[in-house]
Amino acid sequence: MNVKLKKLIDKELKKYPSDKKQSAVIAALAIMQNDRGWLSKEDISEVALYLGMPEIAVLEVATFYNMFDLKAVGKYKLSICTNISCMLRDADHIVNHLKEKLKIDFNEVTKDGKFCLKESECMGACGGAPLLTVNNQKMHEHLNIDKVDQLLKELK
Amino acid sequence: MNDVIDKNMELKNNNKQLFNICLRTSSLKNPGSIKTYQSIGGYEQIKKILKNKIDPQQLIDEIKISGLRGRGGAGFPTGIKWSFMPRDYDGTKYIVCNSDEGEPGTFKDRDIIRYNPHQLIEGMIIGAYIMNAQVGFNYIHGEIWEDYISFEKAIEDACKAGFLGNNILGSGFDFELHAVHGYGAYICGEETALIESIEGKKGQPRHKPPFPATYGIYGKPTNVNNTETYASIPWIIEHGGQEFMNQGVPNSGGTKIFSVSGHVEKPGNYEIQLGMPFRQLLTEAGGVWKNRQLKAVIPGGPSTPVVPAEIIMNATLDYDGLVQIGSSVGAGSMIIMDESTCMVQALRRLSYFFYEESCGQCTPCREGTGWVYRIIDRVFKGQATLADLDLLTDVSKKISGRTICALGDAAAIPVLSFIKHFRGEFENFIKYGKSAT
Repeated sequence: MNVKLKKLIDKELKKYPSDKKQSAVIAALAIMQNDRGWLSKEDISEVALYLGMPEIAVLEVATFYNMFDLKAVGKYKLSICTNISCMLRDADHIVNHLKEKLKIDFNEVTKDGKFCLKESECMGACGGAPLLTVNNQKMHEHLNIDKVDQLLKELK
Repeated sequence: MNDVIDKNMELKNNNKQLFNICLRTSSLKNPGSIKTYQSIGGYEQIKKILKNKIDPQQLIDEIKISGLRGRGGAGFPTGIKWSFMPRDYDGTKYIVCNSDEGEPGTFKDRDIIRYNPHQLIEGMIIGAYIMNAQVGFNYIHGEIWEDYISFEKAIEDACKAGFLGNNILGSGFDFELHAVHGYGAYICGEETALIESIEGKKGQPRHKPPFPATYGIYGKPTNVNNTETYASIPWIIEHGGQEFMNQGVPNSGGTKIFSVSGHVEKPGNYEIQLGMPFRQLLTEAGGVWKNRQLKAVIPGGPSTPVVPAEIIMNATLDYDGLVQIGSSVGAGSMIIMDESTCMVQALRRLSYFFYEESCGQCTPCREGTGWVYRIIDRVFKGQATLADLDLLTDVSKKISGRTICALGDAAAIPVLSFIKHFRGEFENFIKYGKSAT
C-alpha cells in the first residue's frame, strides 16, 4: 500500500472513533480497488493489517458488497442496470448492443483487456434510465445506441 | 369499492399542486451551493434555535403537529421516533441519514443530495440538537458516487461557515457530520443493516428489539431517518408544523417526492402536496409515453403491491389513499407500466432482484427468494405447469413474516399482487409459452 493510498484511508479513518478502525473497511477497499481496478488477495491482507482486522472479516465485506471485484475487470468496467425501471426503457436493447459490439457476455473481459460488462442492480437513478456506470464512479444516463457508441469511443 | 374512493376524493381538498419543500432550490442557479441555500433563508432556523436555546421538546411538538412521517417507506411518525432517543444518556449519541436508496424505482434522495444538500445538513443539525447527538453520518448509496463526492464538499462548506464542528455559532453545541458510502448492497437501506455496515461489517439486519434508539452504532443510542425526512425539518421549523400539515391531507401531512420512472414521457422527481390525485401526477409527468394506454403502476417501489390502471386512476396519493386501493406510499417510487408491458417478465426481474439482494441470514428469505425466482423463470420459459402458480403463492406466503427484516415481506409482495391482478398473463405463458401482450 503506497503513501497516497494510506493518506486517503487515513482521511476516512478520521470519521470514526480511533478504536473503531473497522468502520473504514468499505471505504478502504473502495480506495484500493479504485487504484488498480480490482481487489487481489494481497490487497485484502494489506487492508486487514492496516485496519487491525482479521483477514476473513475483510474478505467477508469484499464478497458481500456487489461493487467490489475480486477478479480483474479490465481497464473499464461497465456496470449496466437491468432492473425494472431500466428494463421498461429498453436496457436489454443496450445490453445486447454492448455484448455484440464488445463480443463478450456479462462478467467477461474483452481480449484486449479493455472492457468488462457487468449486470447491475438498481443504482438509485431511475429517472435517467437506461443507465450505466464506468468503474463504479462515472454515471451515464438516458442511454441510447448512439450514446453508447460515443462512450466506447471516448474510453481510450 | 370505487364508490368509496370517489366519496373520499370529494371529501379531500383536491386542489393539490406540485410544491417544493425538499427540492426548493432545484429551480435556482447553482442549486446545491451553500450560497444559494442561504439566499432563500437557509441555516436561519438553526441560528434561531441556537441563539434562543429553544427547548427541544417544543421542537419535537412542532414536528408532531406537522404530521411528518418517515419518508423512506415505513411512514413512522418522525416526532414520535425522535422522542424515543434517551435525552439524559451519558456518552456519544449518533444520528444517521439513510440515503442508501436502492429499491428499484427510487431516486429521490439523490436529487436532495445534489440539488439541496444544505437543507438536509441543516435538518440533521436541528435533529442533532433535538436528540442531543454529537455525531452524524449520511450513508449514501455507493452507485451515485459523484453525488457522494459532492456531498462531502457540502459538508466542508458547512464546516467552513461554522454550522458544523465544535461550539457551533458560539452556542457551545458540538456536532460533527460525515458522509459515508455503501458499495452495492440494497439491504443496507434497512436501518440495522446500515448500522452494521457503518461498523464495517456485512450488512445483515439485527434483531429488534433492541431498537437503534437504545442500541445502535457501537451499541450507542442512534436515530436513523431518511434523507427526505431530515430535509423537511428546516421548513417545518420555519413555517410551523400546522403549515406543513396543511400542505397535505389529514394523516398525511406535508409534501412528498414521487420518483416517477418507466413508461412516462417525463421521468423524474415530482414533489407534490400529499393528497394529489394520481391522474394529476401522471399528467405532470407528461402522461404515458408514446400515446399508449396505462396498464399498471407500482406506486411506492416493488415492496408495495402493484395496482392495475383502472384502480389507480381513481386514487389519491397519500398514505390512506393508497392503502384504500390495497397498496402503499412506500418511498414514493412510482413505476409506470404501459399496455405493452409483460407482467411475467416484470415480475421475473423483480424477483431476481430480491433473490440477488437477500443477505442470506434467514433461511425463508435466502432459500425462498431463490425458489420464487426459479419458478417465475420457469413460467417465463414456458416450462411451468398451472400448479406452479399455487406453489409460487405458497412459497411467497411462507417467506412473509418469517424473517428478521422486511426484505422477506418485500419479496413476497410483488409476487402475490402480480398474480392476483394479472393471473391470466401467467396462465397464458404456461399454456402457450409466450406473452399475452
